[in-house]
Amino acid sequence: MLQAIELRKSYGAREVVSGVSFSATPGEIVGLLGPNGAGKTTIVSMLCGLVAPDSGSVSIAGAPIGSDASPVKRKIGLVPQDLALYDELSAQRNLELFGALYGMSGVTLQTRCRQALELVGLTDRAKDKPKTFSGGMQRRLNMACALIHDPEILLLDEPTVGVDPQSRNAIFDNLETLKARGKTLVYTTHYMEEAERLCDRVVIIDHGKIVANDTLPGLYRLLPAVESLEIEVEGAVDTSMLAREPVVKSARQTNGRLTVGIEDLSHDAPIVLAWLEAHRHKVRSVASGHATLENVFLALTGRQLRD
Amino acid sequence: MHAFIALVRKDLVLYFSNRRAMLVNIAAPIVIAAFFGALFDPGSSKRPLRIPVAVVNQDASEIARDVVGGMKKDGSFDIRELDEPEALALVRTGKVRAAVVLPKGFGDEAARALFRPGNKPAVTVYFDPSQAMTLAVVRGLLTQRVVEAVSAAASGSGGLRLEMPFETREQEVTSRADRKYNSYAHSFAGMGVQFILFMGIDLGVSLLLMRRLGLWKRLRAAPLSRSMLLTTLIVSGALIATLILLIIYTVAIAVFGVRIEGSVTGFVGVGIAFSILTASFGLLIAALGRTPEAARGLAIFATLILVMLGGAWVPTFVFPEWLQTVSLFVPTRWAVDGLDAMTWRGLGFDAALGPIAVMLGFSVLFGGLAIMRFDWEK
Repeated sequence: MLQAIELRKSYGAREVVSGVSFSATPGEIVGLLGPNGAGKTTIVSMLCGLVAPDSGSVSIAGAPIGSDASPVKRKIGLVPQDLALYDELSAQRNLELFGALYGMSGVTLQTRCRQALELVGLTDRAKDKPKTFSGGMQRRLNMACALIHDPEILLLDEPTVGVDPQSRNAIFDNLETLKARGKTLVYTTHYMEEAERLCDRVVIIDHGKIVANDTLPGLYRLLPAVESLEIEVEGAVDTSMLAREPVVKSARQTNGRLTVGIEDLSHDAPIVLAWLEAHRHKVRSVASGHATLENVFLALTGRQLRD
Repeated sequence: MHAFIALVRKDLVLYFSNRRAMLVNIAAPIVIAAFFGALFDPGSSKRPLRIPVAVVNQDASEIARDVVGGMKKDGSFDIRELDEPEALALVRTGKVRAAVVLPKGFGDEAARALFRPGNKPAVTVYFDPSQAMTLAVVRGLLTQRVVEAVSAAASGSGGLRLEMPFETREQEVTSRADRKYNSYAHSFAGMGVQFILFMGIDLGVSLLLMRRLGLWKRLRAAPLSRSMLLTTLIVSGALIATLILLIIYTVAIAVFGVRIEGSVTGFVGVGIAFSILTASFGLLIAALGRTPEAARGLAIFATLILVMLGGAWVPTFVFPEWLQTVSLFVPTRWAVDGLDAMTWRGLGFDAALGPIAVMLGFSVLFGGLAIMRFDWEK
């Protein structure tokens, strides 16, 4: 199990990580979600021993990361945000090099290279140089290089930046396979859709601090309502009166459009529509929506995730 | 050990797969050294180099004719007799280095002035200011020929003729009496040093690029000590530098007749010390550079200064005395001097010890500074 306890890091007077604690267990994908500059990359750098925290600690199965040459680091695979590949070496040579850094050689190394290439679907391109690959293929090889030594924990720092939807799905499939194999995955992203699709648990980070750490249903429960109705309606609605209805969690009207927060779409929506009819408001259109991590982030920080 | 070998092998493969870098670091020094070597090769022409000088004889005297005749016989000069405007025009256009004007009445006045103080004839020497060293040579030639001609005329026919009371016997001092100086030896040393340092710049810049591309993160994430990462950089840089030096000198020996006349062990020692110096120089660039682009520009400037002061372009003996003293604190001076000493000067191993020690000292200095300034968390 990966455990981060009270991690802090400052550069000059600026504290970029402030008391971050979380854990990730085998077979779990934990997402670190936050806007650019939130401190996600610094956290990942501390998790894999690239950056020493000013205070706090990182441990894997109870053993601290320790020095640069610590054997504990063998348990971690890092997929950097940038494409960390040697363009002039073939895919196979890249894998062999990074495998050798973990002391692998001979048949074991060749077997691992084959397995890593198979996993990311690049077996037929083993002898080609990464510079001849598409962006998505390069991303997949970037991930394969982190898997070559069969780490227990995989740290992925925005691994889908600049990737087409097809390659992104291929990467997600790879990650789900790894999860099924019992690997621990820590996935940083600023794309809420990725976190929603992949992660069992999401740690929301803003300005270097954890603002929430829960499963998706748990995070949605932080919102006043999980479901919402977007209603185009004639006339000004008395939203304070509407909000007093037991099924209504929130109500506001902007430019004629009424947004009503509810808990159960099938049960609560007819009640809201009946209330509008009873108060002589003609409804022009109705749309329903489900809470997103964007809503959660907005509710917790007062800002959009992509601000 | 697998990791160490893999990292060094990776650096070698990456370097030798970069044909542009190979061209710059290996072909360019050979071509430029060949050019400079040919330029300064005293044996490149069968005929000795003759300095073109114009003579304007405005005097009809026997002495003036004798002076001009004597000058024409001198093998060091290509004497052309012209009128004054024509001679001046040739000096101005650089076709002749100087023009000597023997004025009307020169013979009579020179003969009188030899024994009696008083008016001396004024001989005008026009000279090309870009070839100022020629002036002294022309003045010497003129003095010799005038003294000979005037003394012969003054003592009458068949009388005393003053001549130079000595003759010179010129002997090149090289490694062996039977061995001619090979100007390619110095030019290959100088250009080799310059372009291998350029390779050192590439080494430093490639580390900065690795940082930018995230490759450095990947290497640092592996269970490798910092000392191993830095040592592999030094070893691979030094190996590449040694290989380049080996290739350059193989061509110099095979094609241009350069010979290691001194200690072969000393030559190898100087080469290895310079290779280590190059690698530590590259590491220093990586430690001090903020971006690959800025680091490359500054490092090229620094390298050009180093090789200029080190005597790689022109030998340090032509420097002013203060600059010669300054150049002793420049590592490239020791590299060039060390290679010269082991090649055409033919000196023994003891002459290599000084350059080796100084270069290794600079390597420790550069490496120490690099380690102090290296930002591991970038």
